[in-house]
Formats: sequence, structure tokens, C-alpha cells
Amino acid sequence: MFRKFKKDKGKHGSREHGRGILVFENTTEVIRAEKILKTKGWKIKVMGPPPNIRTGCDLVIEFPLIEELSIIRTLAEVKVKPLQVVPVNEELLEPVSLIHEKEFGKYLMIRAANMKITVDRDTKTIVNVSGGGCPDVPYLAEQMVNMKLDETKQPNEIGYTLCAYALQIAYDRMTELC
Amino acid sequence: MLGIVGTIPIEDFPVTTGIVSLEGDCIVIGNNRISVHRGTPAMIAAAIETLKYKNKTNPFCYLVGDIGNGKGCRRLYKELEDNIAKTSFKTLALHYFQPDVDLFKKVIREIDKMPKRPVLVADAGFMYVAKMAGDASFFDLFTPDAGELAYLADEKAPHPFYTRGFILHEDNQVPDLIQRAYQHNNAAKYLLVKGEKDYVANKDGILEIIDNPVEEILEPIGGTGDTLTGIVSALICSGMDIKTASAKAALVNRLAGFYAKPTPATQIYEIIKQIPRALSEVFKDK
Repeated sequence: MFRKFKKDKGKHGSREHGRGILVFENTTEVIRAEKILKTKGWKIKVMGPPPNIRTGCDLVIEFPLIEELSIIRTLAEVKVKPLQVVPVNEELLEPVSLIHEKEFGKYLMIRAANMKITVDRDTKTIVNVSGGGCPDVPYLAEQMVNMKLDETKQPNEIGYTLCAYALQIAYDRMTELC
Repeated sequence: MLGIVGTIPIEDFPVTTGIVSLEGDCIVIGNNRISVHRGTPAMIAAAIETLKYKNKTNPFCYLVGDIGNGKGCRRLYKELEDNIAKTSFKTLALHYFQPDVDLFKKVIREIDKMPKRPVLVADAGFMYVAKMAGDASFFDLFTPDAGELAYLADEKAPHPFYTRGFILHEDNQVPDLIQRAYQHNNAAKYLLVKGEKDYVANKDGILEIIDNPVEEILEPIGGTGDTLTGIVSALICSGMDIKTASAKAALVNRLAGFYAKPTPATQIYEIIKQIPRALSEVFKDK
């Protein structure tokens, strides 16, 4: 079964405004900034960077340029500082938008992009984490496997990469279902 | 000799190089014992079991601790840039790593200078960065799963996280994705695609399909792709051609999984323990 990720469609994200991106040192910083800005009500989106500033395992925050000063101020209040703020004209890459769910008896596996998490639904225990290729995947697996869903550290707290971001999406869906 | 490059999920583990052995459920390098869970340690353990079966020496590994922030990997990229050209590996397998296109390109420039280039196998982060950098065809073998194959097939995606839905969709069959990956020059010379069926392919199309035994429950188990990469790298290093090694490795990995009688909660070491039995079964006539 496939499900679409939920996406904000607020007026701030609409295409008629000039758009900019906030570029951070790593994905952890992006996740922090995303959390802060969404908590404050900004309608921002995490996206793939344009090719000219892409270096590897990247993620950026797309925002309406007209709001630049307010957004920078909001982040500065919590000591989060983007490396660059860049206006963009081209279409940015969207994160993969399919979640795949598969049952194995009492176990449920959820896959988002290249990451999978499997839970024993009777005990709510994470029994396996698989997929991915970035170095935090084995680390995340060690931290999460054998932990209860509601007690584990989450990928967006201890991960750094796009693989961690994908695993968080799978984890969030799992908590909705279990 | 087989060379392996990868990461250990321990933040302060320094750049460490040397021959690695397997003792119980730990790999051992120098005075360091590292548990075999998943990722590069699982890949190394599978390679060691395979090399042992083939009476070959244990692999020489380049390891560093990294929990995802890339600090360890940047140090190991530098070590590789400085020293890889001085080595004489027959096969070099590159595994879990932080993708960084600029640093990666420096390393492959050095590999290109080697008088006799090793057979190059890439999986996980190294496969991602090879495709990101536009250097997939520099490699001899990639070992993607079906999702990663979709990433290779998507000429616009810089990471599996950005694979476009119309390519990722289940209606897309593996042979079509393989063709698309080669069409856009985003595949190694050979592909070993792991999944419900395992495929060995090159630019001319599908060479082998391995679909027996069927063990659907392997999908959730972390590390089954790592063991496959370890087995195939070791078989290539033992002298087998890439196509044969890929088909045999797929069969060994499937059999090891089957013998472990897995549940979705099975951990990879239970499967690694079955690799010697699976190797004996696959090569029983040799």
C-alpha cells in the first residue's frame, strides 16, 4: 500500500512568490530549523538543493523570499544560522513522496525512500532497521532496535543525513499506525 | 587481496587500517573488537567467511568511526587520497560512507593512477556518491536493492531520498529500471540487484535471475544487502569473474537467509553464521 506524505500547501509556499532557500551545514541543522519554523507557523518545505550548490547528502529549506528577514530573525533567536540564503528560480527536487507498508504477521514494516523500520505490533518494539547507505544508518539502528516505539531516540534527534530524515518519516508513520 | 573501505558506528573510532579477522560475533582490527550488527562490519564478516572458504587471506580494511556527521569520513577520504594509489588490491569494495562529491573525486583520481586498477565494487554511500558525481561507470559492480536501483535509474535524483515517484513506483519493473540506469550512464559495468528476485545485469541487459530459495522475510532484516556485497567482493577477489561471482553470491546469500529460519526480528549475525553452510551447498561440486 502506498501513501503520499502530507505536504503543506499554505499560501507562503505558493509559486507566485519569489522563492529562496536556506542552506545549512548538515541535515541535522535543517531538521532543527524546520522544526522551529514549523512550530512558529511558517509554511516552509524541505527540498533538494539546486545542482550548483549540491555537495552530497543535502537538504535545504524553501521559503518565500519576502519573509527572509523574519525567518532569519526567528532562527537567530534560537542560535540557528544558515550558511547561505539563496534565491532560486528553478524547480527544486522534492523529497520522495511514497510510503510503503508491508505486514509480516504481527510485524509491520514501513519503508520511506531507501529506509525501512519494522515493529512488533504486539509489544510496540522496533525489531529491525534496514536500508540506507549513509554512516548514521548503522548508528541509528543500534540506538533504535529493541527499543519501544515511544521510548526510542528518534532519527531527527540523533541522525544527520537524508537517510535519517527518511527513517524519521517511516518512524512517524509507524507511530500513527501502532 | 581484498580491500574494504567503510565506517563503524562509533563516533570516536579513529582512522584504522589493517587486516581484519572475525572472532565470534565481532570483527577484530588491531586491539579493536567491533560487534557485527549491520553496515560495514556485517559486510566484512561475510567477506571473511567467504575468503576463508576459498582459502584466501582476510581482507585489509580502512575503517573510521562516523555517526553521520561526516567528520570521520572526511579523515578517511584524506587517508585514501594520500595512500590508495600505493596499494595493490585485487578487489576494492567501498561501502557505508558519507557522500561528498569533491572528496570522492579526489579518491578516484588516485585510484585511476594505479598501475593495475583493482576490481571496484561499491554499495551504500559509496554507490550513492559515485552516481551523484557522474562516475558510476568508473566502477565494475554496484549492488543496489530495488529502491536504490530506482535511484540509479532516476537521472535527476542526487540521493535515493529524491527519487521521483513515477520511477519509484512498484509498477516499474526491475529490468526497465536497469535499462534506464544504463541509458543515463548511472550504473557500474555490472549490477547485482537484490530483492525478491536477484538480478545480474550489464549494459546489454539481464544476464542472470536468481529467485530460489524464496525467503520473503529477509526484506526487513538490516544487513542482508551488506552480506551480499561482502560475499560477492570476496568471490571476485578469489578469481571468479564478476558475472559468475554475482550469481553465486546471490544464491549463497539467499541460502544463508533460508537456513537461518528468519523472522522479521532476526539480526544479521544469525544469517552470517549460515554463510559457510551456504557456500558448501553452492560450491559442492567444485
